[in-house]
This record gives sequence, structure tokens and C-alpha cells, in this order.
Amino acid sequence: MAARAVHGIGVPVKRKEDPRFIRGKGTYVDDIKLPGMLVMDIVRSPYAHARIKRIDVSKALAMPGVIDVITGEELAKANLAWMPTLMGDRQMVLPTDRVVYYAQEVAAVIATDRYRAADAVLAVEVEYEPLPPVLNPFDALKPDAPLVRPDREQKSNHIWHWEAGDKEKTDRIFHEAEVVVAQDLYIPRIHVASIETCGCVANYDPVTDKLTIWMTSQAPHAHRTVFSLVTGIPEHKIRIISPDIGGGFGGKVPVYPGYVIATYATLKHKKPIKWIEDRSENLQADSFARDYHIHAELAATRDGKIRGLRVRVVADHGAFDAAANPSRFPAGLFSVCTGSYDMQAAHIQVDGVYTTKPPGGVAYRCSFRVTEAVHTIERMVDILADELGMDPAEIRFKNFVQPHQFPYKSPTGWEYDSGNYPAALQKALETIGYQELRREQAERRARGELMGIGISTFTEIVGAGPSHTFDILGIKMFDSAEIRVHPTGAVIVRIGVQTQGQGHETTFAQIVAEELGIPVEYITVEHGDTDTAPYGLGTYASRSTPTAGAATAVAARKIREKARLIAAHLLEVSPDDLEWKDYAFRVKGAPDRHKTMQEIAFAAYTNFPLGLEPGLEAECYYDPPNLTFPFGAYVCVVDIDRGTGQVKIREFLAVDDCGTIINPMIVEGQIHGGLTMGMAAALLEEIVYDENGTMLTGTFMDYLLPTAVETPHWKTAKTITPSPHHPLGAKGVGESPTIGAPPALVNAVVDALSHLGVRHIDIPITPAKVYRILQEKGVAE
Amino acid sequence: MEPLPIQVTVNGRTYSAEVEPRLLLVHFLREVLNLTGTHIGCDTTSCGACTVLWNGRPVKSCTVLAVQVDGGEILTVEGLEGEGQLHPVQEGFWEEHGLQCGFCTPGMMMTAVALLNENPDPTEEEIRKAISGNLCRCTGYVNIVKAIQYAARKMREGMSVHAGGV
Ligand code: FES
Ligand code: FES
Repeated sequence: MAARAVHGIGVPVKRKEDPRFIRGKGTYVDDIKLPGMLVMDIVRSPYAHARIKRIDVSKALAMPGVIDVITGEELAKANLAWMPTLMGDRQMVLPTDRVVYYAQEVAAVIATDRYRAADAVLAVEVEYEPLPPVLNPFDALKPDAPLVRPDREQKSNHIWHWEAGDKEKTDRIFHEAEVVVAQDLYIPRIHVASIETCGCVANYDPVTDKLTIWMTSQAPHAHRTVFSLVTGIPEHKIRIISPDIGGGFGGKVPVYPGYVIATYATLKHKKPIKWIEDRSENLQADSFARDYHIHAELAATRDGKIRGLRVRVVADHGAFDAAANPSRFPAGLFSVCTGSYDMQAAHIQVDGVYTTKPPGGVAYRCSFRVTEAVHTIERMVDILADELGMDPAEIRFKNFVQPHQFPYKSPTGWEYDSGNYPAALQKALETIGYQELRREQAERRARGELMGIGISTFTEIVGAGPSHTFDILGIKMFDSAEIRVHPTGAVIVRIGVQTQGQGHETTFAQIVAEELGIPVEYITVEHGDTDTAPYGLGTYASRSTPTAGAATAVAARKIREKARLIAAHLLEVSPDDLEWKDYAFRVKGAPDRHKTMQEIAFAAYTNFPLGLEPGLEAECYYDPPNLTFPFGAYVCVVDIDRGTGQVKIREFLAVDDCGTIINPMIVEGQIHGGLTMGMAAALLEEIVYDENGTMLTGTFMDYLLPTAVETPHWKTAKTITPSPHHPLGAKGVGESPTIGAPPALVNAVVDALSHLGVRHIDIPITPAKVYRILQEKGVAE
Repeated sequence: MEPLPIQVTVNGRTYSAEVEPRLLLVHFLREVLNLTGTHIGCDTTSCGACTVLWNGRPVKSCTVLAVQVDGGEILTVEGLEGEGQLHPVQEGFWEEHGLQCGFCTPGMMMTAVALLNENPDPTEEEIRKAISGNLCRCTGYVNIVKAIQYAARKMREGMSVHAGGV
């Protein structure tokens, strides 16, 4: 039987989840409707920083349909005015005396329907005494800066300092270097803006004493544990269901105040409470990504060999450090910023700072700050090439970690599992016709036209992570799978990760199909319900395939080992006389004598060998030995309109290597989507505040997501370098394109303008920004 | 506000209801009729997740009042499938991997249906323009374009088969 017959690994199987979605029969949180359900809406602060002098709820309470108005004072009595963040900080659920960002939750209205709740929000009277806002981290660090978090023992806006690499060695290399280039890079605040906003339906049933929360959660088990710790409700009395999720991208990892208030409200009123934020609330108050102020330096020899990297970052985390990084990594995996290049030393310093902005530091489709890391190194390599008059492809070839160096120990301590960087770049350059493009560029330049070619050859770091280094709030970052083969050979698989569109129901079924030789249509994958799924840390940071994917393969192999005993019993041979081949156990030398998994499954319940436990199921909690390091080579071509400053992407080719590919159709889809979000960050998206700290980009009218018109027709290609330590050789792919695309695009735009003396442009590269540069350089039309 | 009586045909079934004049069509569909396939993704008429056909024309149902469609005909994603047969647009989205999280999908498909009713053989550029009022955060649009092209082919073939079969 071929892989195609069981729809195993490598087959572009149509998605099993799609039939419900294309019929409008998905179940997203807002689709849940329970008898007697009430609706919650939230009063938000019009100030970035203010003292709350008075909250008067009487008018709101007197309105028809209004059941309750909950304030911070009330929550404080239940010890719920504050909650822990996943980063070990604490965050206000509702304030008792002050607000620290624009659109912060101030009070919550409970009413019979959403219109009445919205009416009542307007009727809650809050008297504020405005305080000076603190809007950038450099101001925040000044000694006379207003204190954002007086609740802390430490009376400054500095949160933490973090270092990686070897300072002394790096300083020495810089001291001796023939060439040093330096650059400030700002990566602005952006927002994941999944098309479904966040929300929940919380339902406490006093009869069973059980709390059920349907929640837009990328990590239902971790959230259950947090809810148990915050509320004191025993964990078995809490059930979190993350049903169909309309996109996550990191924005559905944090616990938001709305979830906690809705939970408090259902416990108080003993009725189901629905809270669904609207788009403005989502954009204005949910956690943010990036906001990194970077100063980077690269040391090199005159002939272009990179010797060392030195980076200093000031990270704006907003008013609460509510990122969801592994606990030992307050700056995430940023220290992977030496990228795909072999160098002798690196030193990284990051300082986290509070400002009066909403919590920052969550991911935007990115494995814990690797986007910032890749942007830094991929820009710096181009800047070095420019300094030395080298071609950006040539300087990369010259500095790549070479295939024979794997496993490669990076100067900041990571062990890259596998890679072949020259092959990927070579393929990209050949496919796109690099030399020809360079010739065309020279011709166009001579005619005064602005054409640029940009390259990025990134290394991604995903699959967090090994328990010796990775945990969130102390919970190790393993993941899990549980497989049950029913008597007729049909299968149910339950996993600890949770899809938000990645297609787990299909991909994970394919893994089991491949390992057990059972056709994919007989395999159901379930996840997202903490009462039934095994404990796992959830889906983000491209960790599903590296962790739960591995767990699924290992659990399937455990089943196969038991199946071998049953097959031997049925065929009356010794287990050693059997081999697993072509999706069946076959007698060595007599392959026609065989038993398929379906036959074995039936026997596991009807005719098992004496002394063997009946049934056919297994589980695995997989603790990965290392992270995986997908990589890629991206090349793009842009043309710049001298009359408008518009950057037009003429061509974009992404060569990705994510190791073994389970479903090529899904992988390609992930790459398309990731490239689009990468382009969005590079060209369109930025969260902007005015001088009072009021957000100016709180709707889709001002915060621009790419439409089909701005998005180019992405081209993709691949190389395959399996991970040596993953049971399937797979690495994870969802985020590679989001981290690889922005520097490719920026490098292309800068390349188009480099002959005018332009060396760097901060993202987003908007037409206005480009046009100003064209004016400055005297080439605007 | 006094409720007003309306009568509206949704997916071929006629409903009579008393609704608040300010009730949005999308809430009428989702919360009164329990047709939750039509989604809500914004509050500025930007995302198109709520797109339905009103008398055959695509509208963002978050920006239409239920009372406005009194006497009209609405088609939502739930009405696309006919007699157990997927609409070619639904089939195209499945075949070409035109969806990931599925949240934008119903609105996206309704816009595609409206486009293909008007223009049976659109170019890639015409497709991209037609769906530019529908945001998708997951797919990067390439496969959505392919899905609509698939449906266009299928619908044209269906028509010619039908024409030839008379
Ligand atoms: S909900 Fe976004 S356009 Fe209607
Ligand atoms: S499939 Fe997720 S928004 Fe389009």
C-alpha cells in the first residue's frame, strides 16, 4: 500500500476540518448560546494614565435589562482585582485607583443582551484625574519619569535586564575589528488582529459545582491551571473549551481581564456570561507585539568575514509584563540573532521597561522575539555588504554556517539541529534569476528607475521546548498525544495543542495514518477540551509539530509495538520474525503472510494473546531533546514609484526548509499566510499613539491589514533537511515566513535606494516615508 | 425603542419577526435566526466577515439594519449548498485550500458568489479587486484566488453542459 492510499506523510490531503467551515457550521466562541445567558460589556479608560476618583454605576444599574456593574473595588474583595501574568508579573483585572493605559478595562456591565449592555457602558460615570503619560521607554527610564507601577517594590520603570553571549570576548573582537558597522533599528508595536476577536462564554453550574469556559485560547490547559490558581477553584472543577478559533497568531495566548471578569460574573450570578470584545477593544487593549528599540553592531574583516555581533535593546512592555515567553527568557529567543552566520562571539543585552501603554511583548506569529532577532541580523548583514561594496548574496555565502558544522553551537549557546543554508540560497537565486535581475537593475538605474532586490536567509528557532530550559510559570513545555484504536480499526487521537487554522485535524491524522497504516478517513483528531485532551502547553511559536507531532508519532509507535505482539500471536510466529513494511506486519521472507492494523485492532479486543493487556491505545508526553531550526532563503524584487513613494512587490520567492513535510498543501498555505503577515509588518502596520497616549490606530480604518490587492502572488519552493532529533524529522513552519519576509522586503527597498546613500529604513515602509526620502534625495517626481 | 414588524426571506424560508429598529442585520441572522455562519470581525465595515447577499447583491450585514431588509431576500453561507450538493465556490475553497481558520470564509465565499454571478470568467486581478473588501488574516489570498478560479471553471462547465444538454 502506498502512502497515498492511507493519506500518510507527504500527501496533500484535503482538510478534514473544512466541510464544517465551508458550510458555515464551525463553532466559534461567539456562536455559543446557552439558556439564560447574559452579556458582558466593558467600560474603558479614555486616558493613558489617570487616577480614578469616583465610579458611579447608579444610572447604568437603573437601565432596563442591566443586571450588574462590576468594579475593581468589588473584585478586590474577592481578591481578584489583580491576576498573575504568564511572565510572572501581575496585571490589573479591574483598577481600584488608577488606570495605566488607554482603553484599559475600568468596569464591566452585565445585561440581558449586547445592545443593553452597550447602552449601560455609556451610562457608567467615571471621574478621572489625568496623570502624565509615559509613552516611550527612554523617557520612562529617566529618573524623574512618572512611575507606571507604584504597586511594585522597585520604584522605577525598569522591569528586568537580561544578557546572553560573551561580553568580554565580543568587546575584544570589536576592539580589534577591521570594520565595524552600527545601526539603530526600531521595530514598532504591531497587533496580530486575527479576524475573530477574543472572548469567552463562562458558565458556572451550581448543581455540579463546575465552571466551564468556552474561550478563544491557544493554550487551554495552561489557562485552566492559571484560572485554578487565580480563583482557588480546584482544577478538576474547571473545564476550558477552546472550540473553533478564528486565528490566533499569539494574541490568544495571554489571559485577558475580560475572561476573568466574565468568570467572576458567572460565579456570582450563576448564569452563563458571554463576553466578546469588538474590534476596537481588540486593537486598543489586547496584548501587542514588538516595540523593540535596537542598537546593533557587526564586526568584520575587510574582506567580509563576520567576526562578532553586539546588540543592545530597550524593550517597551507597556504597563504590565504580560508576554508569554518561557520563564527563563524574558526577551524570548532573541539571542538567536546571530542567525545563519558563523561568527566567533556575540553579546546581547535587553532591558524591559514599563510605559503607559497596553501590555506588550506577545508574539505576532513568531517564536518569542525571533522576528526581532532575524530582522536585526538580516539588516546588519546587508548594511555590512553595503559598507564593503559586496553583493548581499556573496556576503551571505561567505558567512553561512556550513552544512558540515551541524549540529552547530551558536555563540549565544543554541545548538542548531540541521541545515543547509548555501543550498537554499543557491536554489532561490537560480529560481528567480538573480544575475539577470542585477543586470536589469543596473539598466533601470541608468534610466533613473528605482528597482531593488532583497534577500533574507534566516534561521528560525521553534518547538519550545526541552524541559531542562523551557517552562511557562514552572510548567515544562512538553506536549502530548493520546491515541485509541477502536476494535474496527477506527482511531481517535487527542492532542495537547490547539489549532487556530493550522489544520491539526488533518496533519495529526496523517501522522497516525503513516505510523499505523490506517487510512486518514478513519482517524479523528480532537483537541481544545481540557476535560478530554491530554495536558499540553498549546499552539504558538510553531511548536505543534515539533512537540505534539513528535508525541503523536511516539504514541503511534508504542501502539505498533503492542500490535507486533498481537500480530505474532495471530500469525503464530515469534514477534522477532515480523517486520513492519508497507503498512502491515509481515513475516520476514514471506511478506504475503501479514496482518494489517485493522485486523490487529479487532484481535486486540477479541483474540489477544494470554497475559497481554486487552485494548490498543497509547499516550505520550514528549519532552523534546532540543528545539528545531527551520530556515529559508527569500528573494524579492520591488519597484518604487517616484511619484508616490509606493513600493510595488514585483516578485517574491520563498524557499523554505522545514524538514520533513507532513502535508505539503497545508505547509504551502502556512507559508502564504505568514508571508502576508510579514509583508503587513514591513509595509503597512503600526500601532500609533498621540502625545497623550491615545491610540490613533484602533480600527481597521487606521490599522491597515493587507487586502488581496496589496498582496502579491507568492511563489514558494523548498529544500528538505530533516531534523535529526525529531521522530519524523519535521521542524514546524507557520512562522518562518513572518520572520523571513520583513527583512527581505526592507533589504529590497533599501537596495533600490542604496545608490542614493540610503542604508536603512525602519518598518513599516509606508509610501509617505519613502516619498519623504525621495524628496530629500531630490529624486521625487 | 418600539419594535417593528419585518418579514424577510432568508435562504428561501420566510420569517416574520418584531425587531428593535436599531438591530443590525448580522445580529438578526446570528442571534434571532441562529444562523451563526455569518461572522463579525470589525465595527467599521472593513473586514467583510459578515457579507451576505441581499436581493442578490453582496452587503456587509453589520452595516445594514434588519428593518431595512423588510420584504427582501437574504442569502447566507448556510443557503449555498443545494440538495446536498456543495456550491462550486464551497467546493473550490475546499479543493484549493482557500481557508485556514475559516472565520473570513463565509463572507469571502458570498462575495465570490456575487462576483461569479456577474462575471463568470474573471481575471486574477478582477478577483483580487472583488474580494478586497474581505480581509483574511490566514491564507495570504493566493489560494482564495485559486478557489474562486476553480469555482468559475466549474460553473462555466456546468453551464455549458446544461446548455448542451437541452
Ligand atoms: S463585521 Fe467587519 S465588515 Fe461587517
Ligand atoms: S481563513 Fe482565517 S481569516 Fe481567512
